Amino acid sequence: MPLLMSLATTLQGSLELGIIYAIMALGVFISYRTLNIPDLTVDGSFTLGAAVSAVLASISQPFTGLALAFISGCIAGTFTAMLTTKLKIQPLLSGILMMLALYSINLKVMGNKPNIPLLNKPLIFDFLQGINSGKYAKLVFLVVILAIVLALLFFFLKTKLGFVLRATGDNEKMVRALGVSTDVMIIIGLAISNGLVALSGAMIAQYQSFADVSMGIGMVVIGLASVIIGEVIFGVKTLMRRLIAVALGAILYRLVITIALWLGMPPTDLKLVSAVIVTVALSMTAIKEKVLSFKLRCANSGRYKGERM
Amino acid sequence: MLKVENISKTFYKGSINEKIALNNLSLTLGEGEFVTVIGGNGAGKSTLLNCISGVYEIDAGRIFLDGTDISYSPEHKRSKYISRVFQDPLMGTAFDMTIEENLAIAYAKGKPKGLRPGISKADIALFREKLALLELGLEDRVKEKVGRLSGGERQALTLLMATIVKPKLLLLDEHTAALDPVIAKRVLQLTDKIVEEEKICTIMITHNMKAALDHGTRTIMMHEGKIIMDLDGKDKEGVTVEWLIEQFNRKSGTELDNDRMLLG
Repeated sequence: MPLLMSLATTLQGSLELGIIYAIMALGVFISYRTLNIPDLTVDGSFTLGAAVSAVLASISQPFTGLALAFISGCIAGTFTAMLTTKLKIQPLLSGILMMLALYSINLKVMGNKPNIPLLNKPLIFDFLQGINSGKYAKLVFLVVILAIVLALLFFFLKTKLGFVLRATGDNEKMVRALGVSTDVMIIIGLAISNGLVALSGAMIAQYQSFADVSMGIGMVVIGLASVIIGEVIFGVKTLMRRLIAVALGAILYRLVITIALWLGMPPTDLKLVSAVIVTVALSMTAIKEKVLSFKLRCANSGRYKGERM
Repeated sequence: MLKVENISKTFYKGSINEKIALNNLSLTLGEGEFVTVIGGNGAGKSTLLNCISGVYEIDAGRIFLDGTDISYSPEHKRSKYISRVFQDPLMGTAFDMTIEENLAIAYAKGKPKGLRPGISKADIALFREKLALLELGLEDRVKEKVGRLSGGERQALTLLMATIVKPKLLLLDEHTAALDPVIAKRVLQLTDKIVEEEKICTIMITHNMKAALDHGTRTIMMHEGKIIMDLDGKDKEGVTVEWLIEQFNRKSGTELDNDRMLLG
């Protein structure tokens, strides 16, 4: 059974990756669902987080790296929100502009090198070898981190500030009519969203022991896929359920990709597959309507007994 | 309470679509006054409300609320003192949030939005009590999402949200126009009750002349961005819809263009 053993190891690895990507998906959830803004900054802020974390890990500060990555992501998100709210640039375009700008900034952070290897550098996972050499230690550690992020996000969205943030995506006009600046809410929301995305990027860099300037490409699509898959499969009934659904969506997405790769799909097809999955998921409503209308028309024309003009 | 002085607003200035919406209009409202506004299409009724609430910036004139000049303060800052209910029931609530969450946002109006829990136990008790006053059974559905309520229920909830923290000024822009007649009547009754009990200074636009005469303490008629008739207190008593239409035709020099105003 060496084949199955190798699959099990691969799956465990992809589970761990999926948990880290879940944090990114939660970030995308805040912009895409809570604020109703598809924010493309994600591609840049993910790499920004990875770059910051890699640079700090290289000087033996892996945990500070995570914290600074989160903060740098928040700053990136704030800039995108400023473009949208203060300069009135369309949200999609603001995201694209920030994504482009971040490419250069990320290279600067990485000292003008396209990648930073972290072999033999102190990483956040190192302490696990000290306390427990079990093969699940890393997995448990990551689950704990995801649980903390989930809980913090849940309680935040249940605070007075969180309420207004959620209402902003639902109905901006109402929020302004109730005396709150929607600009400020969008700034706070995009900051937290990109902060989480950068945190996820920072953990990925340390998990795979390198940061690469192009590792964020297509990340927003993966995030959207995770959000949609999670919501469709695990439900949206309550806020807690929804957050967990998004996290599970990210993990499921990663597992499906891993199995597809294991079955022989060339890794270069990955982005194409991601794009197709998101396209199908986003067009679900339109396709359902078309099918329904077609069925109704068939049934109706069958019944028609009157005279044709 | 509210003093609007010589305000003007022109849309698309300098283009062939130029439209003078408000023309040197002045209006003063005293404490607790409840004004109903009628007028044909394009008379500037909604523009007046939108200028007072800060959706549009005025071209000229001044707006004072409770002695403070609010002519150029941003919409969300004015909203701390001015509550609004829109015609579209979808505009006043967040559909993906529960009834109690919507009320909590309204209840936190004008207070800092910190990281304290969104709703406390005491809040829920208060919300249930207030919802019971609507007599729509909403007090037993506080955990339901607003998206599941009917238009009338949503509009009643919006009215409650607009007044749960007493505003200095309440603006109602045809807030019953999109509802079926039975619910519309119910919402109007609720409006009367809340406005009278809380003594809120109110401006209500309506397309229904009868409703305009039956409700409020004062009725004004608008035409081409100006107030062409102002019936206050005693003047309003005994006025009929027919008389109002006659007055309108005489003062504006046109026929009423709005069938909706005559029906119902």
